[in-house]
Amino acid sequence: MQKERLQASLKKTVWTFINLLPIIIGMLLLSSLVVTVFPEELSTGLFGSSEALDALIGASVGSIAVGHPLASYLLGGEFLKSGVSLVAVTAFIVSWVTVGVVQLPAEILMLGARFAIYRNVICFFGAIAIAFLTVYTLKLFG
Amino acid sequence: MEQKRRKAGLGGWLFLLLVLAVYGLIGAIDTETAGQALGFSAKVMQNVLPVLVIVFFLLLAADLLLEPKWIKRNLGREAGIKGWFMAVVGGVLAAGPIYAWYALLRELREKGMRASLAAVFLYSRALKLPLLPLMIHYFGINYTLLLCLYLLGFSILSGILMVKFEDHE
Repeated sequence: MQKERLQASLKKTVWTFINLLPIIIGMLLLSSLVVTVFPEELSTGLFGSSEALDALIGASVGSIAVGHPLASYLLGGEFLKSGVSLVAVTAFIVSWVTVGVVQLPAEILMLGARFAIYRNVICFFGAIAIAFLTVYTLKLFG
Repeated sequence: MEQKRRKAGLGGWLFLLLVLAVYGLIGAIDTETAGQALGFSAKVMQNVLPVLVIVFFLLLAADLLLEPKWIKRNLGREAGIKGWFMAVVGGVLAAGPIYAWYALLRELREKGMRASLAAVFLYSRALKLPLLPLMIHYFGINYTLLLCLYLLGFSILSGILMVKFEDHE
């Protein structure tokens, strides 16, 4: 009985994984293409107007960007050095890890279109709110 | 449910075909860029593989051990504060790329996990404990602590906002 249950579970998991595989490979290929095609200089040139617009641009770039979160810290650090505001950099870092425009097809396939779109929209505006809250709280107490 | 799974499986292969077509198009225009992107993908795949092994065993364990009744009690509507706490901790501890966790969340959702708790789990992943020293190095300790607090707060807020989504399900 136990053996049969294990076999059935194993079969189900393998099938789930086979279905997951093209999504993961596709995501990897797509992410790598975005990273290769859009260099960081392109993003830096976008900033420099008002703080609100910078935050919006930061969150947008972070939402499209893909890769390890470590890369967002490194890029964010470089953005700061080149004069981009901390609000924009924070929106960029937060949206990098919470919003996934490139991952959206995979999220839609696995968790449903309404869930994925609703969640990503919430996270996008959340990134902008967190950016302002973090920077202004720092200013208030710093 | 089975039909939904099949649809997602077919969609996955179509998605891969589409991405390969984009590669083919870019390769025809600029072979070097397509080659670089492929090389980068291979490197990333090496990092993702261990996470995929973990996800495979978690999926198997979830199917074997977690009964829908247990999920409903701990991550469903009747879970209460404990469910929210479990979703936050699970998200903070979950390593690797976000898409590797979609399958597990789908499995748990099919067994009764709340959509709001799935959203909390995905949001909490923004808090990367192993990377905190690096963040402190780049942005300072006050900034890092504050950002972490806001991320935790917003992970709960994103879940609360997703409750509206549940009401329409």
